[in-house]
Order: sequence, then structure tokens, then C-alpha cells
Amino acid sequence: MFERLFKGTGSLTKLIFRQQRFKILVWLAGLVTVTLACASSYPNVYQDVPSKMAFAMTMDNPAMVAMLGPGYETEDYLASFGTLFAHECLLFTTIVAGIMSILQVVNVTRNDEENERIELIRALPVGRLAYLSGGMVVMFTTNVLLALLTGISLALLGIDGIDTEGAFLYGAILGATGLIFGIITALLAQLAETSRKTAILSFSVLIAAYLIRGIGDVSNETFSFFSPLGWAARAQVFVDNYWWPILLAAALSMIIAFATFYLNSIRDMGAGFLPERKGKKQASPILQTIFGLVFRLQRTSILAWTIGIFALSASFGAVLGDLETYFADIEFMQAFISNEAGESITDQFVTLLIAIMSLIALIPSVSVVLKLKGEENKNLTENIYSRAVSRTRLLANYYLLAVIVNFIMQLMIVLGLWSVGQLVMEEAIAFGSTFTSAFAYLPAMWAVIGLAGLFVGTLPRASGLVWLYVIYCFIVIYLSEVLDFPQWMNNLSVFEHVPEYPIEELNFAAMAVLTFIATVMAICGMIAYNHRDITG
Amino acid sequence: MAIVKTRHLTKRFGKFVALNGVNIEVNKGEIYGFIGPNGAGKSTTLRILLGMLKATTGEARIFGKDAWKDAVDIHKRVAYVPGDVNLWPNLTGGEVIDVLLRMRGEVNKNRRNELIEKFRFDPAKKCRTYSKGNRQKVALIAAFASNADLYILDEPTSGLDPLMERIFEECVIQAKNEGKSILLSSHILSEVEKLCDTIGIIREGKMIETGRLSDMRHLTRTNFIIRTKKPVPSLKDVKGIHNVRETGPELAFQADPDQIDEIIRYISQFGVVKLESTPLTLEDLFMRHYQEINHSGQMEDS
Repeated sequence: MFERLFKGTGSLTKLIFRQQRFKILVWLAGLVTVTLACASSYPNVYQDVPSKMAFAMTMDNPAMVAMLGPGYETEDYLASFGTLFAHECLLFTTIVAGIMSILQVVNVTRNDEENERIELIRALPVGRLAYLSGGMVVMFTTNVLLALLTGISLALLGIDGIDTEGAFLYGAILGATGLIFGIITALLAQLAETSRKTAILSFSVLIAAYLIRGIGDVSNETFSFFSPLGWAARAQVFVDNYWWPILLAAALSMIIAFATFYLNSIRDMGAGFLPERKGKKQASPILQTIFGLVFRLQRTSILAWTIGIFALSASFGAVLGDLETYFADIEFMQAFISNEAGESITDQFVTLLIAIMSLIALIPSVSVVLKLKGEENKNLTENIYSRAVSRTRLLANYYLLAVIVNFIMQLMIVLGLWSVGQLVMEEAIAFGSTFTSAFAYLPAMWAVIGLAGLFVGTLPRASGLVWLYVIYCFIVIYLSEVLDFPQWMNNLSVFEHVPEYPIEELNFAAMAVLTFIATVMAICGMIAYNHRDITG
Repeated sequence: MAIVKTRHLTKRFGKFVALNGVNIEVNKGEIYGFIGPNGAGKSTTLRILLGMLKATTGEARIFGKDAWKDAVDIHKRVAYVPGDVNLWPNLTGGEVIDVLLRMRGEVNKNRRNELIEKFRFDPAKKCRTYSKGNRQKVALIAAFASNADLYILDEPTSGLDPLMERIFEECVIQAKNEGKSILLSSHILSEVEKLCDTIGIIREGKMIETGRLSDMRHLTRTNFIIRTKKPVPSLKDVKGIHNVRETGPELAFQADPDQIDEIIRYISQFGVVKLESTPLTLEDLFMRHYQEINHSGQMEDS
């Protein structure tokens, strides 16, 4: 029985590990480095009691709770740097660990199956479940390594308030969350018939887990217990050091793993439990246009992003009402946060939210442009270029779609924040100013879209590097003060040049310059694209 | 006028020389067989002709226009079937056929449906579920349903079953009869032999032989299989006989055309029971060519 199902797991584990080892290395190195960089910055930033008090008060407001989890008592913040660090960084890092596991598991399950690598393996004398087991062992090992490396290195930093047990619990929470989402992805890989669908479903679960926890943390804690991220946020790392979230995660993973292995053992290779529908015999007139084709190829992910961005914005909008009441109660906070008189604190938060949301909303637009390179990698553009379609025309259609997607995403941010905010706030945010605030980001976002186009034209193999720039922009917005960047480093991010309306005046000159830069990069990308070899 | 003409086509990828002075000429109404082993440079040549790769040096012209600069114009009259057909996984076969046809111009619905019928293709499935053969059918239907003047076919039958292969051949011959030109790359020699008028052989990026099939055959030997009552002594030493092989009671060998008379006279002394003669297949031709190259190569080495 065991032989029949699992024979060859050992060597397949090695094989899968070999394929994944570079990615594992990069993910682990990145996660541990960022964690260490963050942790070691807190003693410098929060040197005295008032600054810690201010931190505690900021973190206690509903918007922050919705974003980062419930946090600690004020005296805990005063007693230890670990609490500051854990509250601000833990939840987001668990999400990143979840993303790591999702991508890895999609790769070693459905993706390998779709590309007929598993067929090759299954024809060998190996057990029916051996490849899945191998993938799971690699995923489990990756997360254990993440937990241990994070734990050891945090403990070695020797920061006041980051004790050894807390450090290892912190690592273990990252590993356990990664494990849960990895195993959930493996389960979904049995249901969906394609790697795309698996990834979409898995990320939906991750987003849902975040949203449920956010709503639960603000309104009703019971909800939060339905989300693994809700457990992670309740471990009270560096104070009480509860280990039950780890045990709970391990138990849940075991149950899901059992279901996954069972489903895998009873299904046909290549099949899924959510079957695909029968398709159309003819192409619609829209699909027969270049734009229609370009859109159709990315329709699902654009739709998913539209819903996701709206949901995320709406959930932030939902806490604006609580935020308002909260700030109204605490006059001290008003004096502290608002440097300029006459600005409502809500406005400031809305502005910050829009900045962060815009960065997230940039991802689908950049993906649209990079898709062209992805199509080339899959030898799909040759279908187009062997017909009467010029490169300029195709790339222009990708640009057009990216700009339209960009517009839609910003609109979703505005609609999400405004529509729900209006319901819950006494003094509702104005549609007009929210709209202006979000759409002021367009030129900066176009510049990144242009950069993506420039990469596709000039350095196609390195076009993924544009993501590094997006991450850099995110670091500048989110962490520049913590990491104390010099001004020129902040200026490298196009988002730094976007006027924070309504706190700042609209700066049309800066917007014009950004638009110009975007156009120049897009055109250079197009010229280069017209002159290079198309490999597929 | 030559429909396709390349002159000293050279393509380098970094230091690697993929093509080294390739000359091809396809005339109107002609089927040109472009033969070579995998990795010889066939697909690279075709991609240069399609304007997807830029030749390092040399010239590629189709309909008298530059393959790189006038690609879009040229492609209005070209149909292409890649060797490894990749399709958009979330579109159906029928959708892809329409999309591909529309990118060239008008869609001829009747011709499209006729070919779908002929190739027994199910257009309602998502492309990700198609086998290699079915993906190839998509490309073939999209190619032959279009009203092109030049068909560029890169190993188009490698995934088709013999029945479908015959339908493919019918399509090619029909196109030829309509005065269309076809550039057919292949390493399946029987296919080229059946269809082509002219062939060009490429190896390691260099053209090693070009010519009309009938002319090349003239230069080559004939295969014989014989059985005799008495054993034939010292057959190997007879002038013009090559590659003697004994298979049970039978003898197989190749004969130079100008020596056939002498050879028949010689073996008839031993009481011929069976005599089979077949023209050399392209496969033999190909093998012989490589042997010669290897021979001369070895001689140069020593």
C-alpha cells in the first residue's frame, strides 16, 4: 500500500528541490533580510517613551488594527522593542510567506502537471502520490527553514525585548502561515484543472483570510478565528508568546493535507474536480480584433484585480467611520498627527491609504505590459507576427490596455473608499477630492508602465526587474522613515512626486514631467521592440 | 520571379553561428523541401523569412520585398505553420482559428468549416486540452483556410496520424495546383520526396546541396535486392557495387547507374530467383551525403 502510493518520494523530493532551490534561496534570503532590517531599525526610531506612546496610540486606531492586527497593550509597547516590531511587521511578513508558498506549490503541482512533466514521472515506477509528497516535503522544508532562520537570526540580533523564545515564535508564525497557505494551494490544485485557476483560487483565499481578519479585528473577534492570519496576529509574540497558533496551524495543515492526498489519489491525471466548460466554436467579433485578443488573454486576472482592489478599498472605507469617532475622542492625537492646521485627520489617513492602494493597483497594469514578454516566452507571439500585424500595433494595444486597467483600478479605489466610507462616516469624505487624490497618481503609474515597456523592448530577459522598482517604491512609502532614507533615495520613487491631495496642492508641473517621462520610456521601448529579435 | 529568395543569409546568436551563408530560392508554383536534422537552422531561417529575427548579414526577400522591413505587407499573402504549435490555453480551437485568420484579413467561413470537417477537428475545446496533433490541426486549418500566395510550413505533420497526413498532402497539392508556392521544412524525408519539386539540404547552418529532386536522383544509385540459386562470389569486388548486405538468403546492395548493365550480366550467371530494384529514397540520399562528409572530414583530420 505504502509502496504503491509513495515509492520514489525521496528521489522526487531531490528533483523538485533542485528545480526550486534558487527560488527558495532568493525568497528565504529576502524574507530574512527584510525582517532583520526592520527589527534592527526600531531601537533607533523609538528612543524615548513619548515616541513609543505615540506609536501605541497610532496603532490603537481601527484603521491600523484593520491593516496590521490587534496589537498589544500600551505598557507592552513601552517595555519592549519586540512588540513595536512585531505589530508593524509580523502580519505583512506572514502574507509574504503565504505568497511564497502559494507560488511554490502552484509550480510543483498543477504547473508541472499541465506541462506534462508529471506524466513523464508517473510513467516511471513511482507511487501515485510520490510527486505530490515530494512537493509537499519541499514546501514544508522551505517553511521550516524560514522559521528557523528567522528565529535564529532575530535572536542573534540581541535587541532589547526580542528574546529567544519570542524570536523563534516569530519565525514559527511565518513558517506556519506559509505552511497553511502552501497546503491550501495543494488542495486547490486538486480542484482546479489549470495552474492559473489554482493560483487565482489560492490568492483569493489569502485575500479573503486577510479581509476576514481585518473585519474581525475591528468589529467582532470571532471572525478573526476563521482566518489563519487572525491566529498569527494573536500570538502576542515577545509578551505572552502563545504557541497555540502554531499548533492550530499544524493541525489544520494535517487535515487539509489528508484531504489533498485523498483527492489526488482518486482523480485522473490532468483532471480536476471543478471541470472546465465547453467552449465556443467561433470567435466573437470583439475577440477578432487585436485589442479584443489582448484583453481576452488577461480578462480573468483583470477581473480578479478589479474585485480585489475594490474589496480592499471598501474594507478600508469600512473602518473610516470608526476612525472618525476615534479621532474625535482624542484631541491629543489631532495635535500630534496633523501638522498643518485645518486638515482633517481622516483626510490624512485617506491620503496615505490611497498612496498604498495605488501601489498595489499598479501591479495589474505592469503585469499587462509584461504579459507581452510572457507570451513571447511561450512562443505565442509568433502566431501573431507571422500574420499581418506589426509590432508597433501589438505593443500599442498592450499599452492601451495597461492604461485602461490603470484607470479602472484607481476608480475602484475611489469607489471602494468613498461608497462604504459614506455609509459609515458622519462627515463623509467627498467623492470629488477622493477622486482627485487617487487620479493624481496616474502620471506616476504611467511612468512605471512606461518603464515596463522599456524593459520589454530593450532588456526582455530582465523585464521582471521592473518589479524590483515597484517594491522599491513600496519601501519608500512604507518604510522610508523607519529606515531613514536620504531625500535623493526617496526621490528615486516616482510616487514621491505625486501631490498628496487634498493635503497638498495639485502640482501640475510635476504631473506633466511624469507624463513626459512615461511617454519617452514607452516610445523608446517601442522603438527597441521594433528592432530586436522576437524569440517566439 | 522567385517568390522567396535569400542571399548569403547569416545569423549569429552571440558567438554561435546559427546560419552561415544560406541561399534559398522558391519559385512560383513550386514546392521547396527544406531538409535538415534538428538544430540545423531550419526554423531560424524561417523566422528570418517571417521578419521575427533579423539576419546578421545577407538578404531575405519575399515577393521581392525585404522580409524584415516589409514584414506586415508580406504577411498579408503568407500563411505559416510553426513546427511546435503553441496556442493560447484559455481560448478554444475555433476561436484561435478565427483570430489567426482575421489577423491576415477576411475570414472565409465556408473554407474554414470545410477544413475543420476534413481534419475532423473539434473546435469547441479549450486549447490547453489539445494534443500536439490537434494543435497542429489548428495551425493547418488557419493556414489553408486563408487565401495566401506563399505557405511556409515548418515540420507541419510531426504530430499527425497517417490519415491526417494524407489530408495535409491533399491540401498542399491543391495549393500548388492553384499556383501557390510552398516552402516545406522537414526531417521526414518521405514527405518531402512525395511532395517537393526542389530540395535544399541544410546542415549546421550551411546549405550543403540544392537542386531539383529529379536531377539529384539522377546522380545517385539504385537499391537492389536479389536471391540466386547459387551463391554469388565476390560481389563486393564488382565495379559499381556498394553497401552489400546479406539478409538470410537474400543480398541487398546499391549500384551506380552506369554500371547496372554489367552488374545484371554478372549476377544472372548464378540463376536469379528474385530481383527487386527501387530508386534510392531521400533517406538514403541524406545518409550517403553525411557519410561522404564524415569521410572527407576524417580524411582531413588524418
